[in-house]
Amino acid sequence: MGHIPQETYKPKTRWEKWVHTRLPVIGLGIDFMNFPTPKNLNWMWIWGIVLSIVLVVQIVTGIALAMHYTAHVDLAFASIEHIMRDVNAGWLLRYVHMNGASLFFVAVYAHIFRGLYYGSYKEPREITWIVGILIYLAMMATAFMGYVLPWGQMSFWGATVITNLFSALPAVGEPIVQWLWGGFAVDNPTLNRFYALHYLLPFVIVGLVAVHVWCFHTTGNNNPTGVHVRHDSLENVKKDTVPFHPYYTIKDLYALVVVLVVFAAFVFFMPNYLGHPDNYIEADPLVTPQHIVPEWYFLPFYAMLRAITFDILFIDSKLGGVLVMFGSIVVLALVPWTDTSRVRSGRYRPHFKPAFWLLVLDFFVLMWCGSQPAEGLVPTISLFGTIYWFLYFLVVLPILGFIEKPLPEPVTVEAAFDEEHPPTGAVTDAGRHRMNPPSLDSTPAE
Amino acid sequence: MSFLRFLAPLAASALIAAPALAAESEAHVEDISFSFEGPFGTFDEMQLQRGFQVFHEVCAACHGLKYLSFRNLGEETGPHFPEAQVSGIAALYTVYDEEEGAERPAEASDRFPEVTAANAPDLTLMAKARAGFHGPYGTGINQLIKGMGGPEYIYSLLTGYTGEQQTEAGAVLWENTAFPGGWISMPPPLSEGIIEYTAHGGAEEESEDGHGGGDYAPPPATVEQMAEDLSAFLAWTAEPMLVERKEAGFRNILVLIILAVLLYYTNRKVWHAVKHRDD
Repeated sequence: MGHIPQETYKPKTRWEKWVHTRLPVIGLGIDFMNFPTPKNLNWMWIWGIVLSIVLVVQIVTGIALAMHYTAHVDLAFASIEHIMRDVNAGWLLRYVHMNGASLFFVAVYAHIFRGLYYGSYKEPREITWIVGILIYLAMMATAFMGYVLPWGQMSFWGATVITNLFSALPAVGEPIVQWLWGGFAVDNPTLNRFYALHYLLPFVIVGLVAVHVWCFHTTGNNNPTGVHVRHDSLENVKKDTVPFHPYYTIKDLYALVVVLVVFAAFVFFMPNYLGHPDNYIEADPLVTPQHIVPEWYFLPFYAMLRAITFDILFIDSKLGGVLVMFGSIVVLALVPWTDTSRVRSGRYRPHFKPAFWLLVLDFFVLMWCGSQPAEGLVPTISLFGTIYWFLYFLVVLPILGFIEKPLPEPVTVEAAFDEEHPPTGAVTDAGRHRMNPPSLDSTPAE
Repeated sequence: MSFLRFLAPLAASALIAAPALAAESEAHVEDISFSFEGPFGTFDEMQLQRGFQVFHEVCAACHGLKYLSFRNLGEETGPHFPEAQVSGIAALYTVYDEEEGAERPAEASDRFPEVTAANAPDLTLMAKARAGFHGPYGTGINQLIKGMGGPEYIYSLLTGYTGEQQTEAGAVLWENTAFPGGWISMPPPLSEGIIEYTAHGGAEEESEDGHGGGDYAPPPATVEQMAEDLSAFLAWTAEPMLVERKEAGFRNILVLIILAVLLYYTNRKVWHAVKHRDD
């Protein structure tokens, strides 16, 4: 599947040969499972599998819920209560689906920040990164539309506020909003199309995930050192990697079950903790809730939207807020090209580290700001938080590549692994595995 | 295309929220130790029966309970009224039968009728809708620490009347220490002696197979007692599957933890040879 040499499947029996010459599907599956994976991956590399499983869980519970849900403004809210009360295990399906969305975003943020720290977005994994961003955007759209379906107060008013964002665009804004709504307000046509798209988009995500995996199976996984797995010979590949199965299937499965214990604690003991209580009130276009707050996973971006409270030249504050919000994702998407350092992993970048952790802190501060009413110090903190978000991607990362003196990287993945797990009997001299001066690209020629 | 217009709903809500927020700090929500709190908590059958009686004799005049079916009243983890009594209770309510096109007495399979006459909100989900961690009904971090939420809010609202009242635009408002803004249009619903708890809790109907009414002495119907019982009952109407959910939770988490332990050792064994190479 990729450019990394690996022992490929050879059909043995007559029957296998017969199938293989006609449809090499067995080989595809086996080679996929045996994909050479760096042996030094740490626990931050579990989130990809968690995400894949959550996607499946969301699709399965979602389809079951769809069998009992009614997408109509007069019936939707009652149909949710029907699921909660009358459908066998309906409450379980709904609470898993509801909290599954939160788990999905916990995992995706961990996954994204892991990529940012270890430079997983850098050459040659730019397309993996871009496809990942597309998955994230599709996830946000899916989650947003899914939240509208119960047709509670927050569903309705959240939909109203967010779709109204598009009206900020000059000239085309109003027609776009009416086109999205299918009318002149959020109403039954809006609910119906959101339902249709909420059902469709997860399958688009499945397709994008396949491309995402295809991408990094072509380039090979990144790893905590950022150093390439040696591609030059099968022998060297074997020194740097282990087959995905059983090493990472078991490790990821273990991590997944631990994550699921926490998830189950939410589903069974505080299922509504992450939701907004106002969504247990049926939507009423005549009564505006006192605080319109998006779900927790949108809060950092909501804070950036609200941070722009002033006009800049011909851009009014509304358009400014919308541009900043979408821009915050654009700068994230462009990070493979704005980060000028050739060292991938943050481990070997002394100045990058504090800047990165400040970004993580910034993300949580913005999340808090988004949950608060925009008054007092909140708009000011949001503004500073927004400024740092852009500063990190557009100024800090480009400049650091030139002024930072990175620490020496390990020569190979094997060397880094041996340092962590010294082969028994042989005392490893750590210095032996270090190159000096620091290597900027330790990939041997292919 | 002004910013204000785009954020009209937000701006409007901010205007409403401003006084509410000011009152939020004053709004007083009492912490009650309900039997259904915490991971092991279950509903108190007798309390739910008493709570239903309060709903039936007081609240039902203006409020509906439209997502609850009468049959739910017989659920084992809920009020657990005997079957005959459930039918008896149902018969006290009138529902509109779409097939017959006429009103008829309700049956156990029917839902509670919607009540719109007094423009009062439906109560089925109120305990969840007012479970606010955030927002005007917010109990903040106390929701996590003390298990405070919607039922506490309902209790505090019912016991929070100060006796003061004012007339605003022709409508009478009562001062309430729990209600956001401090003034509520609902008159104080509970007063000492407004009802008398029956030995079976529940409605006036006497059932043949009532469970041992003789040895059950209901508590006196003080305002606090009625408020607490009703809050517990509404907590159950909002989340009738609560006990089943928690029981399933223990089973699930137990299995997951066992699985996690097994996988932990499996993982160690799988990686052992890789991490402890002998070369």
